[in-house]
Amino acid sequence: MTMREEQTLIARWIRNGSRVLDLGCGDGALLAHLQTARRVSGYGIEIDGENIVRCLEAGVNVIQSDLDRGLSDFDDDSFDYVIMTQTLQATRYPDRLLREMLRVGREAIVTFPNFGHWKCRLQVLAGRMPVTRHLPSTWYDTSNIHMCTVRDFEALCASEGLEILEREALDSAHRTTAAMRLLPNLLAEIALYRFRRR
Amino acid sequence: MSNAFPPDSVGLVSPQRRAFHGPLELDSGATLEHYELVFETYGELNAARDNAVLICHALSGDHHAAGYHQPGQRPGWWDNLIGPGKPLDTRRFFVVSPNNLGGCAGSTGPLSINPATAQVYGPDFPFVTVRDWVQTQARLADTLGIECWAAVVGGSLGGMQALQWAVDFPHRVRHALVIAAAAKLTTQNIAFNEVARHAIRSDANFHGGRYYEHGVVPAHGLMLARMLGHITYLSDDVLMARFGRELRDGKLNFGFDVEFEIESYLRHQGESFAKRFDANTYLLMTKSLDYFDPAAKVPEHDLRKALAGASARFLVVSFSSDWRFAPARSREIVVALLDADRDVSYVEIESEQGHDSFLLEVPLYHRVLRTYFQQMPITADPV
Repeated sequence: MTMREEQTLIARWIRNGSRVLDLGCGDGALLAHLQTARRVSGYGIEIDGENIVRCLEAGVNVIQSDLDRGLSDFDDDSFDYVIMTQTLQATRYPDRLLREMLRVGREAIVTFPNFGHWKCRLQVLAGRMPVTRHLPSTWYDTSNIHMCTVRDFEALCASEGLEILEREALDSAHRTTAAMRLLPNLLAEIALYRFRRR
Repeated sequence: MSNAFPPDSVGLVSPQRRAFHGPLELDSGATLEHYELVFETYGELNAARDNAVLICHALSGDHHAAGYHQPGQRPGWWDNLIGPGKPLDTRRFFVVSPNNLGGCAGSTGPLSINPATAQVYGPDFPFVTVRDWVQTQARLADTLGIECWAAVVGGSLGGMQALQWAVDFPHRVRHALVIAAAAKLTTQNIAFNEVARHAIRSDANFHGGRYYEHGVVPAHGLMLARMLGHITYLSDDVLMARFGRELRDGKLNFGFDVEFEIESYLRHQGESFAKRFDANTYLLMTKSLDYFDPAAKVPEHDLRKALAGASARFLVVSFSSDWRFAPARSREIVVALLDADRDVSYVEIESEQGHDSFLLEVPLYHRVLRTYFQQMPITADPV
């Protein structure tokens, strides 16, 4: 799959030897990659037991926890980066979680599927909730309860006083083009952001 | 088939014994000039001596963790975990399982002879703490040629020992597996222990702990202590599921003999425990639980500071229905480790079996332990 390219992109944003918290870390592949590629230390947070076994296999520190409970286990400013890939849209309180990310971390990195992509827009125009390669679930069994678009996310950042440091717009193969950079809300299937408190 | 052991069993095992001379200064201020530890080992120590795993037992446990003393008998108390091909694989690891000082299964304890009086220690056996046990286990490791444990593993009171090991001997523990434990007992937990102790000490046969001299044991008090303990080790749901409100005779008898199945079960558990366990040891073990607090001697009793010097990687495990050592207690350990910047993983296993879950073959729990041990690097012996 293309997760590897997303990992490579994120790794490019991360300084060597930094301390990282990965929210919704899944099988731990990103952390394992960052440990080798960037010599980071840190922890993954994951709720699913099977994924936790995968994390232990991958040799990454993993803490079983529900992100909807917040990050109260972590001190202020205890990480260089708090990362959350493809998870924001599945959380109960995305705005609170973004604030929490920047309480415990100096910078945050977030990736999410862009609901503003033209394929989604066409399906909504046709009167249906979008089902795409990147959003394969139907409305009634999706865990994505808080979908947003590139513009929605940036509007939230503005109202929360967050400074966007970098943005990448990708298609589902994790490629980017000049057109995608120009019209990310229409052409990007996945959005990546690095941001911090202003 | 009674002579054949399952292929994933360590098979027939026999306890070993080591005598230790030279003063052992205990937390209480007392000193033991001489003591013995009985222990079992499973698997082989490799040439690099880096594959040794220490098993720490809980309140009523002993050194017999795996395998069989005789064909046809029940296997050791953690046999589902330890053996060739089991999560703690004895083809890779050398497992050491001692009976703690103060125990009643062969190590020096209240049943041993006090050299000062040539009489059985009984109630004169000094109080022992988790820290004291860790000291004695370290001496045992010295005699076995083990400089550093690959892992120290324990559940409940055993998990407390694993935690204490990581604090007291940071360079002698590479991994600490702290299961269904707590950084210190809650008030409620101490309260349960006090009821158990009171049951024993108020038994007419207790005789101030010198019951051996009277040729009796405070079996009734010990039984009550165990009955109480047993209720707290299981969850409400599992008791309901297993026993419900079933009546042994199928009808109410309007009497105080056993009517509900749960009564029968508790009495049986209590009676069989009273036959195999020593009351003075039970009192000592519950006190050791109550006293445990690795943060007691650091500034502000801050667990983070107590753990700051630990260098082991930690695996902390709790069970959802455990209310005697609730997941929240394990999370306290985890949070302190996170704040202290230590390597830690934490899993809360869904289980209905309460505190006892740590002894059971809960599938995800065993997969977690298997995976954790598999990724633990050790030096392979040349074949």
